[in-house]
Amino acid sequence: MRLLVTGLNHKTAPIEIREKVAFDGPKLEEGLKGLLKGQEIEGAVILSTCNRVELYLQTTNIEGAKRYVVDFLSEFHKVKLPELEKSLYMFFDEEAVRHVFRVASSLDSMVVGEPQILGQVKDAFEFALQRKYTSVLLNKLFKKAISVAKRIRTETRIAENAVSISYAAVELAKKIFTDLSEKTFMLLGAGEMAELAVRHLINNGVKDVAVANRTYERGVELANQFCGRAVKFEQFKEELVYTDIIICSTGAPTYILYKNEMQSIMKKRKHKPVFIIDISVPRNIDPEINRIDNVYLYDVDDLQSVVDTNILERKKEAEKAERIVDEEVEKFMKWMESLDAVPTIVALRNFAERIKNAELERLMNRIGEIDERQRRLIETTINAVVNKILHPPTIALKDDREDRDVLIATIKILYGLGEEKNEHNN
Amino acid sequence: MVIILFELALTFYFAATIVGVLELFKSSKATTRLLMILAVIGFALHTANIVLRFFIGGHLPITNMHEASSFFSWCIVLLFFYIEYRYKVGLLGSFVMPVVFLFMLSSSILPRGIKPLSPLLQSSWFAVHTLLAFLGDAAFAMAAGIGLMYLLQEHFVKKKHLGSLFQRLPSLQSLDEINYRLISIGFPLLTLAIVTGSIWAETALGSYWRWDPKETWSLITWFIYVFVLHARLRAGWRGKKAAYLSIIGFLAVLFTFFGVNLILKGYHSYLQ
Repeated sequence: MRLLVTGLNHKTAPIEIREKVAFDGPKLEEGLKGLLKGQEIEGAVILSTCNRVELYLQTTNIEGAKRYVVDFLSEFHKVKLPELEKSLYMFFDEEAVRHVFRVASSLDSMVVGEPQILGQVKDAFEFALQRKYTSVLLNKLFKKAISVAKRIRTETRIAENAVSISYAAVELAKKIFTDLSEKTFMLLGAGEMAELAVRHLINNGVKDVAVANRTYERGVELANQFCGRAVKFEQFKEELVYTDIIICSTGAPTYILYKNEMQSIMKKRKHKPVFIIDISVPRNIDPEINRIDNVYLYDVDDLQSVVDTNILERKKEAEKAERIVDEEVEKFMKWMESLDAVPTIVALRNFAERIKNAELERLMNRIGEIDERQRRLIETTINAVVNKILHPPTIALKDDREDRDVLIATIKILYGLGEEKNEHNN
Repeated sequence: MVIILFELALTFYFAATIVGVLELFKSSKATTRLLMILAVIGFALHTANIVLRFFIGGHLPITNMHEASSFFSWCIVLLFFYIEYRYKVGLLGSFVMPVVFLFMLSSSILPRGIKPLSPLLQSSWFAVHTLLAFLGDAAFAMAAGIGLMYLLQEHFVKKKHLGSLFQRLPSLQSLDEINYRLISIGFPLLTLAIVTGSIWAETALGSYWRWDPKETWSLITWFIYVFVLHARLRAGWRGKKAAYLSIIGFLAVLFTFFGVNLILKGYHSYLQ
């Protein structure tokens, strides 16, 4: 038992608690420092994002560490113990490894497959590593977690396909146009979802942004935010002749653009393709417009159904990812268990070595004059005997078997090796 | 040797076709690479086959239907590599390789003898005229393939069927641009082929134009592509209309290529 993961996330704690226990700014380093003060704690990494706060610890004594960590968190963040304990989860060893792998691979995220978490895990690890708060085991664990996440990214399609309406709109735009940076864009109206979509479009290269709002001042304000220009609402139809992508989100109770109007606009723009996203409810754009050649009109339901299918798709891919995690956890646990045997093997060898050296010295004192060649012959023979006797138990300890911990305990008792353990742990 | 090379090329194209069809359902970097490797090996063998025929016969091997079909698919593969290199179009191989394979297959069932060039064709115009015509036709074939991809993708976007094929097909704009690009490569080649053909006809037969069926159909094809280009540039017939037109244009090319030789007889007929 050496790994402990504890923390809380969006599933176990409301935002009010997550805010309180966040390790933001200088708190991160203070937190690491505080954790390492605990006697049982040998290494620590802290991950603190808006959806989760988690502590990853290596310890020599799980029970002790558990108590220490909970007290520490409560004291450090000044949160009452019962309130904290309600939202905390704890994982040990195998489950801890699985949890780290799942978090890094974004299987535990609110939106499964979202790409940011891997970067956040990397940052958290790097931060602790550079300031030397981690341990050899934690280093190995995080490096493995990052590579597992990458493996899942390449072997499954968990991160493909947009799962939010605004992303879905951008993905669609990319399948209609090759290079968004050459395209002109107009926002009709305003609204949270619309503005989010505009930001995604800008992040994906859109440069030419126009905003038409019924209140001209509001339009100017928004245009400034997006480094674009404001257009008088009455003139938006003239502007459409030069616009390739439109997001419409006005509060109008009726259609503001009809099929025949769009037809004449298309003629004027020589039928260059137009992508219209109408996220207003009730709809503002006559749905018949989608029948015009080279016009692609999507309303909020269309986008939602795209998102729904993508979420379903991701769930299927997540199952594949879980299988990869299982496989990697098993491998990691084998490696970790083999670590248990190493100190015992070393101790056993030292034990034999000490006896051999002492006996050899005694023999040399008693045997009298012999030449170098004879002395070496005796030494070689004794070495061979020792090695041959030690060989079977060494193999047995290295072997991956279920009762290895029993074996280790037995050998320790038989040879009185218990007290030597600490010496070789470092 | 000539036959072995041809059969091997056919086999590799067939394998590439299988991979291409499978890619429509599920593709990865590995399958795309595999398709490319198979196509490149097939193309190398095919090239060797054509070069060998050239040395044995002493002239460009396009004097019977077997050679013509084979050379035509060679031109298409060549263009496929160019487009793939230049634009990196996803899934293009899945649409091109089956066409290549079909032309090769039809070529394989036609008589393969290497005959000396008939006196009528013994002219330096022969190579120039046929090469231009073949490359032009290959560009039109590619344009039709890209047009088909456009129609498929357009259907997905318009009807909001955004499945995995939609994900892997290129954007509408890319497909439309490549389609236009290919037609604007093919059109001057066809024009030059007709011009060189008529100059050759004048020197060999004494008149520029004799309304031979192949000539007539080439002219019809030429007018179709004039219309395609004109409609795009003047009236903005892009996208779906352009895609349909490029397919119609290619049907005319196919008829000029096969139909004229098989149904209508003229001095362009290779089948004696």
